[in-house]
Amino acid sequence: MTIRRRTMLAAAPALTTLAEARAQGVAPRRGGTLITMLTPEPPVLQIGVNNQGPTLVIATKMFQGLLSFSPTLEPLPVLAKSWTISPDGRVYTFRLQENVKFHDGRPMTADDVIFSITKFHPEVAPRARAIFALIDNAAAPDAHTVVFTLKQAFEPFLLMFDGSAAAIVPKHLFDGLDYRTAPAVQRPVGTGPFRFAEWQRGNFVKLDRFEDYWKPGQPYLDSIIYRVVPDSQSRRLALETGQAQLSQANDIEPFDVPALRSRPNLEVALNGWEYFSPLAWIELNHRVAPLGDPRVRQALSMAVDRNFIVQRLWFGIGRPATGPIASSSRFHDRNQRLPGFDARAANALLDAAGLRPNAQGVRFTIKHLVLPYSEIWSRLGEYLRQAFRQVGVTLELESTDAGSWARRVGNWEYDTTINFLYQFGDPTLGVERSYVTSNIQRVTFTNTGGYSNPRVDALFAAARSASVAAERQAAFSDVTKLLIDDMAQIWLMEMSFPTIHDRRLRNVVTTGLGVHSSFDDVFLTS
Amino acid sequence: MRDFWRRYRRNKGAVVGLVVLVVVIIMAATAPWLFPGSPWDMASAPFLPPGEMDMLLGTDSLGRDVAAGIAHGARVSLLVGAISTVVALSIGVTLGAIAGYLGGWVDDVVMRFTEFFQTIPSFVLAILLVAIFTPTIRSVVGAIAVVSWPPVARVVRAEFLSLRGREFVQAAEVLGKSRLSIVLGDILPNALSPIIVLASLMVASAILLESALSFLGLGDPNLMTWGFLIGSGRSVIRLAWWMSVFPGVAIFLTVLSLNLVGEGLSDALNPRLARTR
Repeated sequence: MTIRRRTMLAAAPALTTLAEARAQGVAPRRGGTLITMLTPEPPVLQIGVNNQGPTLVIATKMFQGLLSFSPTLEPLPVLAKSWTISPDGRVYTFRLQENVKFHDGRPMTADDVIFSITKFHPEVAPRARAIFALIDNAAAPDAHTVVFTLKQAFEPFLLMFDGSAAAIVPKHLFDGLDYRTAPAVQRPVGTGPFRFAEWQRGNFVKLDRFEDYWKPGQPYLDSIIYRVVPDSQSRRLALETGQAQLSQANDIEPFDVPALRSRPNLEVALNGWEYFSPLAWIELNHRVAPLGDPRVRQALSMAVDRNFIVQRLWFGIGRPATGPIASSSRFHDRNQRLPGFDARAANALLDAAGLRPNAQGVRFTIKHLVLPYSEIWSRLGEYLRQAFRQVGVTLELESTDAGSWARRVGNWEYDTTINFLYQFGDPTLGVERSYVTSNIQRVTFTNTGGYSNPRVDALFAAARSASVAAERQAAFSDVTKLLIDDMAQIWLMEMSFPTIHDRRLRNVVTTGLGVHSSFDDVFLTS
Repeated sequence: MRDFWRRYRRNKGAVVGLVVLVVVIIMAATAPWLFPGSPWDMASAPFLPPGEMDMLLGTDSLGRDVAAGIAHGARVSLLVGAISTVVALSIGVTLGAIAGYLGGWVDDVVMRFTEFFQTIPSFVLAILLVAIFTPTIRSVVGAIAVVSWPPVARVVRAEFLSLRGREFVQAAEVLGKSRLSIVLGDILPNALSPIIVLASLMVASAILLESALSFLGLGDPNLMTWGFLIGSGRSVIRLAWWMSVFPGVAIFLTVLSLNLVGEGLSDALNPRLARTR
């Protein structure tokens, strides 16, 4: 039996050089406390039990997965030091790091890995349940080897082994208990470089260096303190005055970024979100006339100036969308783009669709359910209303709260809204769900728009089961073309989130996970 | 009438208030000519400070003209203030008249009902109503009316209680006039002066309520109002102070002028009270 070896030992030194390059020749310094922030405060810190943004940021310091991913989404070794995939793409064999200990001193073994992957995460997290259900058999030939045999080939399988998706949890603290209420949920125990020290609710979470961490000499920081700062202007002030050295995700509003960029003590990084690749679009309900007509959808897409949205509304934090697959995702086809901003062509298309303007110059009126997450989405709604008016379409804005938004989108009770979803590095994991007929469900973040095209369904199915990357690329290129021709949804922008940190803090963003990596190589220069 | 105007003029603040109010009303009425087109249109580059590139009061985060927003916003703010006051008055006067004229158990029931509304903090109730009925211009006007009628009902009831025992009312009863025509034809006209004063103050508080709701994002998202302008400028106040300051000044001046006018009306309608000051 020939086994295609994908040993990533060679990648480890490469990563170290990258880290050193980023540190500009400064030798890592041991010591110091990193003060950062957390918005909003999560209900629990146990990854899996809660997988919301803030939990992922803090829990990935305490928990690790078998792998991590580079900015181009190549797998990097973490708890797995090497791995092989059988030629038929069904058998995945992971060699684990030896001498890895949990924070309570017990060694981490293959048993913990199998428990985490086949029991813990499928029980608590729907995304893990859907993908780990493909595992036919999980075996541990010895204490440091794990073999997963899949029911069928599934090429993006490795992407599920990052710490944010499938962290390794201690079997001895969860097995036989209700995973959601086990005592360990309140005092998380993982293998990460930092262990849970203290959580004063409403105030801060403190993590301390784990002295028995498996990488000798690491981590460099003594501790990390996540302060809960509910007001965005206070967060900005904390960064400016040096009371905090790092902000991430939604901590800082886009309109504050230009001012922070100009401060000499701060550095703004927009990368480090490649694994998640969030993409925002105008979600059209295809059941509402005339949005079922592809010419209408194309016209609306051409009426929108995406550069204006990115530059004016988001202050350059993000990139105009090029299609349904984010450009930082695997299998993005850089040869395909969306038709450009062209109000005249949009008017012509609407004329061709038989939607003539009435005496007031209005072709038709549709509603827009404003995404209630933050104020910027209201500004976007106001921009879209003006942009659509240029082509004779009246957009009426409706405001709502977060709960009603999710319920109404889930029940298909809307004309248009804004949606943004993580793509998780692979279109099968993060894109397919929004366009295939089989996923038209009355549940949010499924194909709620109701787009249906048998050829798109067939191509997504082919890409899912193909075991060779080239075959998948061909299918995804075809699917991208079909979706753009049909303008299944109006993709607006690839979102990014600013990671703003003190220049003395090094190695903050080195992987495609950005601030969701373990920080075992992060250090503060004096 | 001349007498009324003479008494009104005696209150200098009220005259100033009236002038400001008239200016605001003229601005609202002429907004479509002063600033043609929609106030939502992107007129220039975003975040222009006041005075630059012909933008008198600057532009907001989407390049919309703040001055156009204030002028068009005046229409909505005044309209909301006026309509919700009319609605609140019609509820309050009806209930107050019934309670005050009929008395007895009807009075008890109506007043307990009124007190029920008075015990709930009015702004919280308004937020709740708008949130339940989704923010539209109708639900905003309705919510403001629902929270502002109780004081009217109490004032009207008190007036009716004191007026219903007067000789002219008894005379009308002896003449065999119907209850309805006594209430509308004899008592109500004599109770009008406190209602008018109250109404002018209610318009002011309705404008404030609407602005507060819009500030919290609970205004009609399709209408430009002063509260919306402040709310959308709040988050960028360190970048563009003019986005919140000018609409705030507009609210301040309008509400102040309405209060001054109310005071002047009160002086003019109750000359005896005014003289004692």
